[in-house]
Amino acid sequence: MESQPSRSLPTTQTQTQKESREVDTVTIRFCGDSGDGMQLSGSEFTRASAIAGNDLQTFPDFPAEIRAPAGTLAGVSGFQIQFSRHPVFTPGDMPDVLVAMNPAALKANLGDLRKGGTLIVNQSAFIDANLKKAGYASNPLEDGSLEGYQVHPIEISKLTDAALHGSGLSTKEIARSKNMFALGVMLWLYQRPLDPILQNLRRKFAKKEKILAANEKVLLAGHAFGETAELFERSFEVKAATIEKGLYRNVSGNQALAMGLIAATQLSGLKGFFGSYPITPASDILHELAKHKEFGFTTFQAEDEIAAVASAIGASFGGSLGITSSSGPGIALKQEAINLAVMTELPLLVIDVQRGGPSTGLPTKTEQADLLQVLFGRNGESPVPVVAACTPSDCFEAALEAARIAIRYMTPVFLLSDGALANGQEPWRIPDVKNLRPIEVRMRTDPQGFLPYQRDDSTLARAWVAPGTPGLEHRIGGIEKDASTGAVSYDPQNHERMVRLRAEKVARIAQEYPRLMVEGSPEGELLVVGWGSTYGSIRAAVDELRKKGRQISHLHLRNLNPLPRDLGEVLGRFRKVVVPELNLGQLSQILRSTYLVDAKGINKVQGKPFQVGELVARFEEELS
Amino acid sequence: MISPMPKLTRKDFQTDQEVRWCPGCGDYAILASIQKVMPELGIPREKIVFISGIGCSSRFPYYMNTYGFHTIHGRAPAIATGLKATRPDLHVWVVTGDGDALSIGGNHLIHVLRRNVDVKILLFNNRIYGLTKGQSSPTSETGKRAKSTPYGSIDQPFNPVQLALGAGASFVARSIDVDGPHLQGVLHRMAKHRGAALLEIYQNCNVFNDGAFASLTNKGTKAINQLRLEHGKPLIFDEGRKGIRLAGLQPEVVDLGEGGASEAELLVWDEKAAPALSFLLAGMGGGFPTPVGIFRAEERGIHHELELEQQATVQKKQGQGDLAKLLRAGDTWVVE
Repeated sequence: MESQPSRSLPTTQTQTQKESREVDTVTIRFCGDSGDGMQLSGSEFTRASAIAGNDLQTFPDFPAEIRAPAGTLAGVSGFQIQFSRHPVFTPGDMPDVLVAMNPAALKANLGDLRKGGTLIVNQSAFIDANLKKAGYASNPLEDGSLEGYQVHPIEISKLTDAALHGSGLSTKEIARSKNMFALGVMLWLYQRPLDPILQNLRRKFAKKEKILAANEKVLLAGHAFGETAELFERSFEVKAATIEKGLYRNVSGNQALAMGLIAATQLSGLKGFFGSYPITPASDILHELAKHKEFGFTTFQAEDEIAAVASAIGASFGGSLGITSSSGPGIALKQEAINLAVMTELPLLVIDVQRGGPSTGLPTKTEQADLLQVLFGRNGESPVPVVAACTPSDCFEAALEAARIAIRYMTPVFLLSDGALANGQEPWRIPDVKNLRPIEVRMRTDPQGFLPYQRDDSTLARAWVAPGTPGLEHRIGGIEKDASTGAVSYDPQNHERMVRLRAEKVARIAQEYPRLMVEGSPEGELLVVGWGSTYGSIRAAVDELRKKGRQISHLHLRNLNPLPRDLGEVLGRFRKVVVPELNLGQLSQILRSTYLVDAKGINKVQGKPFQVGELVARFEEELS
Repeated sequence: MISPMPKLTRKDFQTDQEVRWCPGCGDYAILASIQKVMPELGIPREKIVFISGIGCSSRFPYYMNTYGFHTIHGRAPAIATGLKATRPDLHVWVVTGDGDALSIGGNHLIHVLRRNVDVKILLFNNRIYGLTKGQSSPTSETGKRAKSTPYGSIDQPFNPVQLALGAGASFVARSIDVDGPHLQGVLHRMAKHRGAALLEIYQNCNVFNDGAFASLTNKGTKAINQLRLEHGKPLIFDEGRKGIRLAGLQPEVVDLGEGGASEAELLVWDEKAAPALSFLLAGMGGGFPTPVGIFRAEERGIHHELELEQQATVQKKQGQGDLAKLLRAGDTWVVE
């Protein structure tokens, strides 16, 4: 490569003198103090792996406290990535490589490391004070307790200090750069390209020249260390996966969801209004949307969860697409207002990014325990459609589908995501905007024969009339309505008629669904039924067993209300039905009561996704 | 050429719905005043929206032949905020009561005022819960005996005008249900105000709290108990016999005329005065008359205008949003 000024990109050709061995699939976990920048190391490694053409999935795992006391178990933050030359459906079960920046991180994560796995530790942090904080009686790097792992202690802090000697940065700033050293080592070890990382650092620190220079220097120092130090015998190579042609990017569930919402307004021509109140793990949707005022999309950080949904209902009443988002506790607060949208039959999107509950629960961990809340957590007979996304990038499609249903059927719609989808990332084949189906909006403007609660024959939806339309002035509200005029009605017969009409309207949404697709044999021994973010783990486990010749099939439900019309028939074609869920059995309860099938739950509530291995074991039990 | 708008009358704003307030309720008088003022504003009927919460007063939208939304308890200001943010062309009115606005919806009320959302809030204050049949409310006086407080309320009441001023409201006023001309005058003013406007209307609940404001409305006692705030005029009441003077931070009642104080010593009312002064007057208690009129009218940045300005600035800088560009932002790579 020709010589370039010192500030230009170094070459990505990370030519190595050492041997490189090809491997198919690798799972790495970066962990350290929540202030150590492990999320950044992880996401940058992800960026490089995506650009290297691997299929991948990631899963960040961070504590609820922003900065728990340094060095303690409570403050450990982690980021896991599985990347492969084959299709990847999960962020991986047990890491092959664990990067631990301090004793607490080692202690909290070692149990997950595969036996014989690689352990890269920041040796500099293994001092008495830190060992004590982590509850180690003796130094694990010296007491033989790490036998059975390939341990690579590196003086990451000291080497970072040395690299930045004389840089003019404060001790604190230097300490913060050590994540770049670890990243540099890992980029070398897996022969990842450096260019995209350097480019991103330049974007990120465009206005902080000193910090940029320091990060670059430490990153390259880490990379060079991998190559020259006699620690690693060889590096590894994971070849590009064979994936569908097209333009790709990495995307998290929350990013994909936000883009889906903007797309829904663009495809419908409606103005978007997003009323939200900060809550983990949903806030990033608000942050993402708030950046994009160029779309004329209004974001509103409300005074509370109720105002967030109420303002969205106000926007929908005005003829815009009203959207609100939250997580379980906030959804509980919104339910009364959602019922107002049920009663007044206004379109509304309600996003629930589920987290561990009940109450404050596990704010940063994932769970699927809000299904019954969104189905039944309101007073009265209150049918609300429910759509669940199944992968981070699927949040885009799911948002579009939820918007279509809300607008076409004049109803609030729940869109379920969860902590694993929200923060997990995967490569996304960017759809061609020209191929996205427009969303039809029919605003009523004709005063001739207008009755506010007159319904469309096919969808049973009432007409959407925006205030400002001359001659159509009318009043709506939460009191029961006369079935046609919409005037207040306390008539008993009318009430039953309206309750049944609202139920029938939502039930008819199922007429729009495509036929269910069963992965594997359409009938047989065992059907695994899943919904939401468990898709990847279930899919990978079922694939593994099918490769072994087992009779097992997978059905993943996207629409949880109304349920697909052919679901009962599909369930009936299998001898056994199991339902893995990150709750104590919510979908399984619905399936049992709706179809009188003996659907058996496989349940886990640890704030963590299913591991493929554990599902394989459970499915094996069912098959034996 | 745009044809002139047909002149609307009071009848155009009446609906076919049977009005279902108790006979003798103060709400009838308020409804009549509003139906009289609406056609005088020159706004097309379809551009007017009445939004309410829950309570007796919140039935109001059903009786106005405009667009209307009878929502849920306490949330009308939040619903109105979303509507106005997306539909600046509409004239949005909120009808609420003391329980709706100050108890269950207290949070939304203070935030709609601080944000200066361009909505007009009519707070019917009867100092009691009427629809639920007679419990004490956040404006009930301490010691109030009601169904939920048979031994007397132990709570100190809110003063809605003071609360609104504290929340940074740009327009705050008070009027009385049965005083049609005064009420209509204030309604005209608030309709023209650009930004959030709160009007507290003393409203008599003749079933559960009859006579709560009798001293302000009875012929014999009205003059001595009511103080009209009029911009640029000295604070005089009791048919010119008494006035309000400031002694440091304390208002005091002075006699006017021979041997008494001169008009020049009195506080001259200024709607744009520091909110602290309005707060002082709104809080005048025993021994003082109760002020009615406009406590504050000072325009400032309006919520939806500020939001639209931001959107326009971003659009000017980045151009109109382009979905394809958005989806392709950041690092991308091609798989061939």
